[in-house]
Amino acid sequence: MSIAPDDVRHIAALARLALDEGRLPSLVEELNVILAHMKVLQGVDTEGVIGAAGVGASGTPLRADVGAPIQLSMPLDQIAPRMRDGFFLVPRLDTHGELGASVAGEP
Amino acid sequence: MSPRPLADYAAAEVRDAIVAGALAPSDAVDASLRRADETGAGKDGLNLVLWSDPAASRQDARAAGAALERADGAGRLFGVPVMVKDNIATDRLPTTCASRILAGYVSPFEATAVRRLREAGAVVVGKTNCDEFAMGSSTEYGAWGPARNPLDPTRVTGGSSGGSAGAVAAGLVRIALGSETGGSVRQPASFCGVVGIKPTYGRVSRWGLVAFASSLDQIGVFGRTVDDAALGLEIIAGRDPLDSTSAERPVPSYREATYDSLDGLVIGRPREYFPTTLDPRIRALCDRAADALEKLGAKVKEVSLPHTGLAIPVYYIIAPAEASSNLARFDGARYGLRIEGDALRAMYDATRSGGFGPEVTRRILLGTYVLSAGYYDAYYRKAQEVRSLIAEDFRTVFEDGVDLLLTPTTPSAAFELGSVSVPYEMYLSDIFTATANLAGVPAMSLPVGRVAGLPVGAQLIAPYFEESRMLGAAYALERTLGDEAHR
Repeated sequence: MSIAPDDVRHIAALARLALDEGRLPSLVEELNVILAHMKVLQGVDTEGVIGAAGVGASGTPLRADVGAPIQLSMPLDQIAPRMRDGFFLVPRLDTHGELGASVAGEP
Repeated sequence: MSPRPLADYAAAEVRDAIVAGALAPSDAVDASLRRADETGAGKDGLNLVLWSDPAASRQDARAAGAALERADGAGRLFGVPVMVKDNIATDRLPTTCASRILAGYVSPFEATAVRRLREAGAVVVGKTNCDEFAMGSSTEYGAWGPARNPLDPTRVTGGSSGGSAGAVAAGLVRIALGSETGGSVRQPASFCGVVGIKPTYGRVSRWGLVAFASSLDQIGVFGRTVDDAALGLEIIAGRDPLDSTSAERPVPSYREATYDSLDGLVIGRPREYFPTTLDPRIRALCDRAADALEKLGAKVKEVSLPHTGLAIPVYYIIAPAEASSNLARFDGARYGLRIEGDALRAMYDATRSGGFGPEVTRRILLGTYVLSAGYYDAYYRKAQEVRSLIAEDFRTVFEDGVDLLLTPTTPSAAFELGSVSVPYEMYLSDIFTATANLAGVPAMSLPVGRVAGLPVGAQLIAPYFEESRMLGAAYALERTLGDEAHR
């Protein structure tokens, strides 16, 4: 498996990255060199091996999903430019002018 | 106190002198800030420290002094200056992860590890340079320029926590926080001639550590000596309700782990970490460390961790995969940089492309690729399976009666700035360290000598949550090697 320029364009789109076409050839080469080193894994017998999702089983048992309060260094209304009903009001994106209120449009 | 430079006093000595009234809390902070100036630790010099606020640090020191007068109780780091890697959240000082995409970002909350240092009385005097989002092994890949090794400014500090390692080596502070994903504390500790600990996964809260690869990340500690690092670790370790992966285990007093004798301790010397291609001078220094441990009563025997050679391919699939997901949050909508485009998608693309540097971009692309349809099984799933085999290697060797492992920390001493430009060549810097992150076991590096004047570290690796055993051997080895560890 080797990566072609179109593959890099595709994964860049998935990753929300705008690539400079001039940088594309070197990126293709770099990624192919890196992936060539990964091929060694294909030869490893992992029949019956359960993939590690992490190392949690070694000391971090499951527990109730209860969040603790977060100590903020300043009140919320000092972090946000504006707040309403407990929510931040942030600058409206240029492309979302027709949608609801924003900082600029707040009554 | 005798007229030694303040940097020569251990963190615990500085604290005790302040409590005894021989030093004012502001003396230690002033000495640290002065030392930063003298060594040129800022952006125009060694570039170890990215952000500092001397006035705020002095104010913290004055507040500590007032607390002492009120007899509020003096913590274990009372008045001791510390530094923190730039990917760990602090209030007041910026947390940019050495990335343009977070330029100017100040966190509204503080990492649990930092809060615990402050509660112990420490004064944060600076945020340290690192590779962008901790992705690198040299601290050359940060947006704010490379860090330089204080022992030889033509060479790298190692990375990604190079600024913290360099700050300790240059005598700015005795304790600094770094972070580990594949060796980012131990490798720079080795390159800078200081002690660096990566705790067991779950030993230290990750709350406030900007996520790179969440199943691997751990906050680690640098110290000028084993005792400095042990003191830092015992303060930041422990359960934190804000990090569900932090372990519900009591924290021992790591500073009590000082052994006079290592009688009965079995130390494994894994043959895969001593390949025929290893620099013979590094091999000789590790052998000298092994001899010293034997003279203290330990038994050193050769063991095998057969999947070691697969660690780098596994690591460089899993870590970029997790990074590609974790770094998706940096899109211009909520944090730091925003570069406007003519549509929402264009804003995302422009912001991320303009904000991330080349190595982060490379790893996001790599991670996206190995998780994408058609390649997930071949790369990501396979890597997770081989990761299980690597962890099983450690379990087997420790269950077979080995108490600790001794290895070189790195295959080379600090290399010259700009001398490693091929990405995979740089990745190989982590060849002896990434295994402990993949398995989640604790490990540390401590100085054992020099090659051509450059520091070399040896690595100790222990079973899960056996930091005390690891530190006990490290204390003994440090004491036995004495000045030999630094020449």
